[in-house]
Amino acid sequence: MKVVIMGCSRVGARLAGLLDIEGHSVTILDIDAYSFRRLPPDFAGTALVGDGIDEESLKKAGIEQADAFVALTQGDNRNIMAAQIAKHIFNVPKVVCRIYDPLRRELFNSLGIDALSPTTTFAQMLKDKIEG
Amino acid sequence: MYIIIIGGGKVGFYLAKALLNEGHEILVVEKDAGRTEFICNELGSVCIRGDGCEVSVLTEVGTGRANMFIAVTGDDEDNLVACQVAKHKFNVPQTIARISNPKNETIFKKLGIDVTISSTNIILEYIEQEVPTHPLTHLLAIRDRGLEIVEVKVPPNSPTIGKMIKELSLPPGSILSLIIRRQEKPQVPTAETILQAGDQIIAVTSPEAEEALRTVLRGL
Repeated sequence: MKVVIMGCSRVGARLAGLLDIEGHSVTILDIDAYSFRRLPPDFAGTALVGDGIDEESLKKAGIEQADAFVALTQGDNRNIMAAQIAKHIFNVPKVVCRIYDPLRRELFNSLGIDALSPTTTFAQMLKDKIEG
Repeated sequence: MYIIIIGGGKVGFYLAKALLNEGHEILVVEKDAGRTEFICNELGSVCIRGDGCEVSVLTEVGTGRANMFIAVTGDDEDNLVACQVAKHKFNVPQTIARISNPKNETIFKKLGIDVTISSTNIILEYIEQEVPTHPLTHLLAIRDRGLEIVEVKVPPNSPTIGKMIKELSLPPGSILSLIIRRQEKPQVPTAETILQAGDQIIAVTSPEAEEALRTVLRGL
């Protein structure tokens, strides 16, 4: 499977590493090359400096052949925009993004964007931990 | 009309001022506290501090009854999301987004934003008009019909000079509507009008035929 990841955050780098080990073809984009230090030393995929909300950068990253796209930058709106470009412009079959704001996540889920909110999930996990 | 403006920067501020003068009900949503205070001091209590992409903030400002929603922050992605929230959550009839990256124009249209204003493109056009050798200037876009009004200057060395308009193979859908000539009144060209060097031609065309029209008129 070919996967394009936008944002080489800790989560992005870790996801890239996990997919890479399983033999998937991974391309990870970040606007800052310094972020690529987070990638595992034996990462065999492609790390590309570029902006995931820019069509050209996405094309360079091979979005047209991608089976999946994941948007993981720190900005909710950047992730939402990138996910919509991947889904509606490039017709990537599987698109997932991170949206910190739970209400925004709910709205864009209803608009067909598959989004996860770490805020909701993590708060719930913490609650379970304290109560358990 | 009740108009909500997202972003209280220079564009947002002057837009609010102009629309207030026209007698509209205006509310500006601005993230920065200092900027919010400045706008309230200048224009009265028309600005609240908040994130214009957040459903709770937009509920508070009564987006549900807004006639128009204009997002003019400096970030394209914020303008997109704000407009989408307004459109899909609050059913605002008209959403307008400012965009900085001209490439986003088509993307925003596809994602359901009613009107996009590309500030970069507008500035570029104005500067290009001042460049004497600039081959074609966009004057106006009639978006809902897919037409545009452009200006083409006939350069001194063009092979079209001395030819009648009927001799030119204009691309289909392009109409030459006005010729402006030095020391003459503007005239509506006929099939027999002969082109001269320095003629300014105002034409109606489609974005697809623009290139062909330019080539025909300038002969390059």
